[in-house]
Amino acid sequence: MKKNLLPLAVAGLVAALPLVMRDDYYLHLMILFMMWVVIGSAWNLIAGYTGQVSFGDAAFFGCGAYTAGLLAHHLGVSTWWGLALGGFTAIAVGLPFGWICFRMRGAYFALATLALNEVLRHGATIAEKFTGGMVGILIMPSFMSKIPYYYIALAMAVASIASLRWVVRSKPGYYFVSIREDQDAAESLGIDTHLYKMLALAYAAFWTGIAGALYMNYMGFIDPTVVFNLHDISIMAILVGIVGGVGTVYGPAVGAFVMVTVQELFRSGFFGLFKWLGDVSGSSNLAKVAEVLTQAHVLGFGILVVLVILILPNGIVGDWPKIRKRVFRLDAGA
Amino acid sequence: MDVFLQTLVAGVLKGGLYALIGIGMTLIMGVMGIINLAHGQLMMLAMYVTFVLNTTGVDPYFSLFVAMPLLFLLGVSIQKFLLNPLIKADTILPENQVLMTVGIGMVLTEIIRFIFSSDYKYITSTYSNQTFFLGNISFSMALTIAFGIAITFTVAMFFFLIKTDLGRSIRATAQDKDAATLMGVNTGRITVITFGMGAGLVAAAGVLLAPVYYIFPDLGGPFTAKAFIITILGGLGSTVGAIFGGVTLGLAESMGATYFGMEYEDIIGLTIFVLVLLFLPGGFKRLTKV
Repeated sequence: MKKNLLPLAVAGLVAALPLVMRDDYYLHLMILFMMWVVIGSAWNLIAGYTGQVSFGDAAFFGCGAYTAGLLAHHLGVSTWWGLALGGFTAIAVGLPFGWICFRMRGAYFALATLALNEVLRHGATIAEKFTGGMVGILIMPSFMSKIPYYYIALAMAVASIASLRWVVRSKPGYYFVSIREDQDAAESLGIDTHLYKMLALAYAAFWTGIAGALYMNYMGFIDPTVVFNLHDISIMAILVGIVGGVGTVYGPAVGAFVMVTVQELFRSGFFGLFKWLGDVSGSSNLAKVAEVLTQAHVLGFGILVVLVILILPNGIVGDWPKIRKRVFRLDAGA
Repeated sequence: MDVFLQTLVAGVLKGGLYALIGIGMTLIMGVMGIINLAHGQLMMLAMYVTFVLNTTGVDPYFSLFVAMPLLFLLGVSIQKFLLNPLIKADTILPENQVLMTVGIGMVLTEIIRFIFSSDYKYITSTYSNQTFFLGNISFSMALTIAFGIAITFTVAMFFFLIKTDLGRSIRATAQDKDAATLMGVNTGRITVITFGMGAGLVAAAGVLLAPVYYIFPDLGGPFTAKAFIITILGGLGSTVGAIFGGVTLGLAESMGATYFGMEYEDIIGLTIFVLVLLFLPGGFKRLTKV
């Protein structure tokens, strides 16, 4: 019970947050954060627990987003149907793909997921009549306020973490880990590795698809380059998983918080710090720094990938004992 | 018929360049068992080297002597300082090295974007637009030269791997790292040299491509994908396979562009990729046994 206390307390705090803070900007960041918790948890099950690293989360994300968008666009129903159906569309794409591609192992599978994303992106661009091509799909948001989105996203984040926790403690969860550790050994013990890899993929595709549908509802606009984006979706999902902790239940939540903050730090030029400094000191160089930083968020991502893999290969949650030990040692030395 | 022949020629010429891109990738993949997802970005870097030299009036093909050593050194340092330390790290996911190359690729792209912005650059040389005719078929001058140089490099590489001592060590490491170590091969050094050579070869491809292509920072990604498809087509670590793979992809792309439409070019490559993985795992290497 004690172990559940901290996550429950955090969830409670997040739920209470809109009562005290109504600034749209921070609510927006929190909604993005919770969306990434969902995607990161999904990635962590297929990659962190099952060991099948996916480079193509954007494919499922895009499936969900386009399900919501196309339903509204062609049938005129509410985009909220996407939230119910987006996950299943992603599964419908993911299962045939997995059936074919799970005979590849390790890095080959990772590249096949990359290829899947590319095919879908090109497909969505070429099928102009159906998807609107590069023009994308624009819908009217259902709520003016951010509060309803906030609570929907929160509910999804909590549900995804709870389901991840439940799955990894169930029997299939242990099968997943055994596949990660040694697929041949798992196979020889009678585990149908192909089936269980497909199950893990279906789980990941489902949640990522739902997150995509939420994105469509919340942002109101998608086009192929936005939702089938390698850097901003697939790599971001991997980073959320790795920074937080591969193969941990709460890792993606920590990772999502760190990554959304980092992304926003770069995008806003360290929350306008340099621009402000430039205005105060009247130095045009600092204003220039602010401008450069704003453009550099992908560079920052790249450097972060390199550093995290070198220093914290198991993420913040996974390497927590190591971090604590180092910090204590520093204290003792000082 | 002329259209068909013209497409065939264009495909084979493009295929020669693709082969050169693929050989670098296949070496790295065969020896270290990791997929270098920064391969296209390294090529992009070489193209920018060519571009910068060209603005000072250097002939594009002369840049080979600058770009290849530069990229060799870069490749060596990447392997030595960024990839080799990861082997010792204790992690859950074995794909960390692949992820690392993704990060390196992103950093390279963005640094170039900083310096040169996202604008398309062109290299203007006297032979960029020259063509000559054999019968009714036109040959692009620059592509034909590129094809010639690419084939020379490929053949040289083949003999280097078969005949020289270093080449034998590289092949031994590719076959069985532990056994190679036991036989006295310094496998750590071999991986460093191999990555450098792979980077050097793809740099050559970049220099040869520069006069006939636009140069922009995001060009790396698609070419990484192409290099990967070629490697899979040819079979890991097989130079002969990389030639076949390169020409096949070149042909498929130009045939697809002529008979289906330009926008399907990339999809055709990816479709071939999946088909080969399904029906010919191991690639052409399996047919030729070389």
